[in-house]
Order: sequence, then structure tokens, then C-alpha cells
Amino acid sequence: MARSDSVLGLIGNTPMVDVSALSPNPSARILLKLEGQNPGGSVKDRIALSMIETAEKDGTLSPGQTVLEPSSGNTGIGLAMVCRVKGYPLKIVLPENVSVERRQLLEIFGAEIIQSPGSEGSNGAVRMAQRLAEEHADWAFLYQYGNPANPRAHYEGTGPEIWRDCPDITHFVAGLGTSGTLMGVGRFLKEKRDSIQLWAVEPPAGEIVDGLRSLDDGYIPPIFIDSGGAELLDRKVIIRPLESIEWVRKLIDVGIFAGISTGACMAGAARCAEQVDDAVIVALSPDGGWKYLSTGAWTDPIDEVVERAKRIIYF
Amino acid sequence: MAVEIRLPTVLRQHAGGQASIKANGATLGEALQDLTRQFPLLKDQVITEDGTLHKFVNVYKNDEDVRYLDKLDTKVDDGDTISILPAVAGG
Repeated sequence: MARSDSVLGLIGNTPMVDVSALSPNPSARILLKLEGQNPGGSVKDRIALSMIETAEKDGTLSPGQTVLEPSSGNTGIGLAMVCRVKGYPLKIVLPENVSVERRQLLEIFGAEIIQSPGSEGSNGAVRMAQRLAEEHADWAFLYQYGNPANPRAHYEGTGPEIWRDCPDITHFVAGLGTSGTLMGVGRFLKEKRDSIQLWAVEPPAGEIVDGLRSLDDGYIPPIFIDSGGAELLDRKVIIRPLESIEWVRKLIDVGIFAGISTGACMAGAARCAEQVDDAVIVALSPDGGWKYLSTGAWTDPIDEVVERAKRIIYF
Repeated sequence: MAVEIRLPTVLRQHAGGQASIKANGATLGEALQDLTRQFPLLKDQVITEDGTLHKFVNVYKNDEDVRYLDKLDTKVDDGDTISILPAVAGG
């Protein structure tokens, strides 16, 4: 849609681009879906709009009511944009170790940031938000990790767009955060053709988060469990910061300036391409590179960048 | 088969503070049994009483989650790296 009455009408319908020039296997094509083209700059615009509009419809969100959400960045930014347009005050519980640009964008859109300890990662932000939600029953707590409107945005939006633009898809590769993208897109694609393989990519987050007291502080998003995630996914691989940074640099060769989690996703797609022939792999790029300029990902010596990346949450 | 098992910070207290342990076995299950033979305190942390992987633990063979390979029956080879990591949130 080229013209819209509201910026919210520009969310979704993102383009897909063939990046097979970077594939390690000439018989495995790779296409990248550029979610950074959303108006708030990331894939999370989709779930921000979906969660807010669902809450408006079911009455859990009334005009002027305060919205609360834990986010390592992109969901917060998407919500900040949507809430600004719709007039809801927004509080984001943000781990202290995210890139400075994420914090700046939240501030630009007028969200209030509540800081959670970096050593506890996103788990700590989730716990703090849950506590705040109990203390403030008048706030609307959207809870992206357990909100069916999150995977539904992908089941009804991202999935059908991929099917429309790439009906010969054999593999879908995406990052695993809340699991909303993989659960929603994955279920849609498997219903269309159950031979389509789902590959989840994740950062070694469990190594970075060292503030856990015991394994029982671990966390599995309810939407992953409710969607039967363990049965839906076909493979799950860890991509380390070094490989992620190498791939955001390779993407520059085909003119794509993407965020660090896109590098991880491309690394996963390349690993997939090495193992299968006659494949059409669609990988999802969650955001553009803008929010990561301060990490020096493209310009500084790679070992320094990797050390920096180990200390921030970029998924 | 000798593999290297990497422990997360939260489990190292049960393994004399070590981050990395050598263990033997032809499958992941056997290697983990050898690990808990060396460090009995790790037993209930990784494998539950009914012999499955602890819910909040992800185990990777060379960075691939074994839940999507053959779980505890996943074959391991000399030099493989097994990483045990706590399940954490993204987003």
C-alpha cells in the first residue's frame, strides 16, 4: 500500500529480496524478507498493532489507559509508535544492556523506560513486568510472550505474505525470541505444505545471562508451549556473535544494511543451504542496521565488535 | 568417544567450579551419565527423575539443539562439544 491515512496502515506487506549470491550452495536459493521496512523499523510493529487492537476489541484496553510491556527493544519501539498514535501512555521494562539507539527510539516516541538488571537479561525484564502488573491492576499488560495476538499477527500477515511471494519455499529460517514469528508463520506454512522445514536460530543467550540463581529461573514463552513449538520446529541452532557480525558484513555486498539478528538468521540460512540441495530458503530479517551503528558492527575490528555484542541483547 | 561438556555459570557450583568437563559415551545420554558419575550433584539438574531433559535446560551438540536431533539418543563423536544452557527469553 503506497498511501495510507495513518502510519499504522503501513505495517506489514514487507518486501522480499533474493540474496542467493551469498548462498554457499548454488542449488540452494536464499531469500530475505525485510521486516526493517516496517514504519517503526522492525518486525515487531506487526505484533504491537495486533496486541493493541486485540486488547481494544476485547475491552482489556480503554482510551487513555496505561500500557505495560517488557521488551529488549523492538517490541517496545513498535508499541511506542502505536501507543503514541493511539494516545496510550506506555511503560517499557527494558534490560539495561541494550543498544543506546533502542533506548533513544523509545524516548523519542514518549515511552517511559523502567530499567531491569542486565545480568538477568530478558528473563529479568519479564519478571519485573509481571510484578508491576500485579501491583498496578489498572495498567494493561500485553505480555508478548503469552499473548495469542503475537503469533496470530504472523499467521495472518507474515505467513501469507511469504506464501504469496515465494510459493516454492522449502525452508523458513527465523530467530527465536518470543517464538511468535516461528509459531505463526510456521503453522501457516505447514498447513499449506507440511514438508516445509522450520529452522529456529537463537543467540547463545543462556551464556550471556549469568544472573540466574538456578535453572528453575529459566523461561519458556507460553506461546511456544501453547503452539506446540517443540513439535512444530524441525531444527534449532545457536549462532554466535562472531558469525552474526560476519554475516551482517557480507550482506553489505548485496546492498543490505541489516541488524545483528539478521546476521544470525543469514548464518542459519547458510548452514541450512550447506545441508540441502534444490532448496528455496526464506530467512527473516527482523530489522535494519540503524539501531546498531553504535556497536561499530560494520566499521570496528571484528574481535572488538564481538566482545561488545556479547554484552548487549540484540535479539 | 570423548566429548567436551560446557556448563553454564549456574551449574558450575556443582562441578567444583569448572566450566568444561571431559566425558565419555557413544550417545549424548551416555556422555551425560558419565558427567553425573563424576559430579553427582549435577544429576537432578540436567536430567529429570523420569530420564528426560530438564524442562528449563537446552542441550546442544556443536550448537544444534538435541531436542530436534535424537534427544538423549543423539550420537556423539570424538571432539564434539556439548553445551548445556538455561532456557532464557528473547524479544
